[in-house]
Amino acid sequence: MGLEYSVPENVVITTRLDEVVNWARKNSLFQYPFVTACCGMEYMATASARYDMARFGAEIPRFSPRQADVMWVVGTVNHKLAPYLKRIYEQIAEPKWVISFGVCASTGGFYDNYATVQGIDKIIPVDVYIPGCPPRPEQVLDGLVKLQEKIELEPWRKYAYEEKKRSRDQAAGPDENPLFQRVK
Amino acid sequence: MGQDIYKEIDQDIHTDPMILQMGPSHPATHGTVRFTLTLDGETVVKCETEVGYLHRGFEKEAENSTWTQVFPYTDRLNYVSPLLNNFGYALAVEKLLEIEVPERCNYIRTIMGEISRLSDHLTCIGAGALELGAMTAFLYAIEGRELVWDLIEEVTGARLTVSYGRIGGVKDDLTPDFAEHWKATRERLIEIHGITDKLLTRNRIFLDRMEGTGVITPEAAVSYGFTGVTLRSAGVGYDVRKDHPYFCYDRVDFDVPVGEHGDNFDRYLVRMAEVLQSIRIIDQCLAQMKPGPVNSDDPRVVLPEKAKVYNTIESMIQHFKIIFEGVQVPPGEVYSYTEGGNGELGFYIVSNGTGKPWKIHVRAPSFIVMGGIHKLFEGSLLADIIPTFDTVNMIGGECDR
Amino acid sequence: MAKKLIDLVQTKFADAVVHSHSRLGNDTIVLHREHLVSVMEFLRDDPATKMNFLRDITAVDYHHRVPRFDVVYVLYSMEHKHMLIVRVQLNEEDIDIPSVSQLWGCAGWLEREVYDMYGMNFTNHPDLRRVLLYEEFEGHPLRKDYATQASQPRVELLKPERDSVEEFFHYVKDKDQATGSRAAE
Repeated sequence: MGLEYSVPENVVITTRLDEVVNWARKNSLFQYPFVTACCGMEYMATASARYDMARFGAEIPRFSPRQADVMWVVGTVNHKLAPYLKRIYEQIAEPKWVISFGVCASTGGFYDNYATVQGIDKIIPVDVYIPGCPPRPEQVLDGLVKLQEKIELEPWRKYAYEEKKRSRDQAAGPDENPLFQRVK
Repeated sequence: MGQDIYKEIDQDIHTDPMILQMGPSHPATHGTVRFTLTLDGETVVKCETEVGYLHRGFEKEAENSTWTQVFPYTDRLNYVSPLLNNFGYALAVEKLLEIEVPERCNYIRTIMGEISRLSDHLTCIGAGALELGAMTAFLYAIEGRELVWDLIEEVTGARLTVSYGRIGGVKDDLTPDFAEHWKATRERLIEIHGITDKLLTRNRIFLDRMEGTGVITPEAAVSYGFTGVTLRSAGVGYDVRKDHPYFCYDRVDFDVPVGEHGDNFDRYLVRMAEVLQSIRIIDQCLAQMKPGPVNSDDPRVVLPEKAKVYNTIESMIQHFKIIFEGVQVPPGEVYSYTEGGNGELGFYIVSNGTGKPWKIHVRAPSFIVMGGIHKLFEGSLLADIIPTFDTVNMIGGECDR
Repeated sequence: MAKKLIDLVQTKFADAVVHSHSRLGNDTIVLHREHLVSVMEFLRDDPATKMNFLRDITAVDYHHRVPRFDVVYVLYSMEHKHMLIVRVQLNEEDIDIPSVSQLWGCAGWLEREVYDMYGMNFTNHPDLRRVLLYEEFEGHPLRKDYATQASQPRVELLKPERDSVEEFFHYVKDKDQATGSRAAE
């Protein structure tokens, strides 16, 4: 409303491609909610009428990894589930981001035992960690805004794609993928 | 005549059953379970359930913590009704200790437990409606749940994972204006119940999907160990609150809704009725409650008041010993059961006389229902799996512990 | 809740019962392994007991006691509303026990969980495999000699999960007790 009335007709706007692409990306994030545990209740509460996640553009949960941008890993991931998490992450098309929601996903929470993965960053690269057990919806929205700020500042050709291209041209073998630095 | 031609063609088409994985991460199953379905067309011929995708080692962690440190772990068992788990566990340990809690504590436990049960049923109804496409009903149910969580937050300090119960009592008394807040919330909750009722109960699409699907007979339900709403919807009126009363359930007046057909629609109706009954219980408890002490006065179990801890040496030593060594529970075993959100939640506790439990086993109603859920699926259509799984209310934290 | 359940079983199967008690209101009988299925069938079908509801099956690992394991069955009757706890004691070397999955529908999964966590071998079980953990998992975690933090990852991890269990044992004196981050000093 405001913008449409204050800008005169027949106008050309110049800006940097970076800014436009990142602005479009951050304001229309399609989510893949990988919900496992109690944090899922707070995720549902954040997506509902009181603390609305839709006003940040991140409205729709797209339950197919091919159509999603952001993967929300909500709740505890244990070793039984880890291969499926990795597979779904690999299926999401670039550019993609990962939000780890809750302490169980960030560091394993207080389940320091044989069953739980001590943080999903041992399996997939994570962009934003939202601590809390479970985090309050305001904290979740803060994490979402931080992700939006991160998207705004990064190069629009997301580095992972560039890295992949470079590694495909230069790499000697399949082990030399700089995306995943394996601990020997 | 036209039909005869079609019949001959059908006989030539050879079909094989198809194996479909409804994998651990699936939008319509809230909770991570994996079903390997063998489908013949749209009918489910065989279903193999695989759970354990949320196994977090509750029992092993409990063996490494003191008796009071187990309370946060019990919160995360049935995480939509955490207070019921807390109090179930506290009751079990108090049985081993053979101590009694004061009357006001029992009333508070009943009230907060029923509030938690409200949260559980609202979530189940809302999420069930969401999976069938009724997003409006979901939003109303979640609004009701937010109001309930406001009440819980006022008393305990947290919305979801509260750790409010303690051995020998509860953490704190109710706030002084709890009764007024409850009156306001109660009106809105009854309104929301009415709106959800109007949206769903006589809705043609909802009825078509829920009525007659996921049927189980009473004998099969008892044999497969179902309890709670799944059992009561089949016609067996077993409710731990009525049959073996604990806390204050023998002093309040409430009905236990029992279904007839054992299908999904009955489970939905039983849940809706239980919401109203819970509200009734809370009203009566608030009316009957009298002021008094909240924690038991046994010094081996309950922490002394902070003023005394900071000023006298005996209270400080008592506080130190209870926190560091844990409550010393005499050796023995006990099986104690309460009515959780999903059914009979049992705790089988073994103590060896020290401040840490030797073993805690949770009889999780969801785990046992998952053991028998293939009976509900087999013979029905693929699309009937969704409402069946939702009304059964499998909570992953409880099923896999 | 009198001890009539225990008396009924003791009169009918005198040689099956090792001992019984009724502490804290929980009637408990300890049986010999060979008579387990016949006693359970009697408890389920006899009109005086009618225990048609199996509440729970679990096991307890008494680390240094001989016999080491106890398998616990909690039975309940919907009509008479009485409960009975049945226990069978097993030695460490000889952990076979007959399965009761033909008597109650829920026993199948409960026994699978006991096998998963403790390693009891239920003979005549239709489908004995792990239920809460994955097939590749080695060991039985709820036994007292399984270290709490000994994880067995299924995917190759990008960084080490935590300090190694060997480093951890260095700081813990009592190596018998199950270790955890809050192990007793």
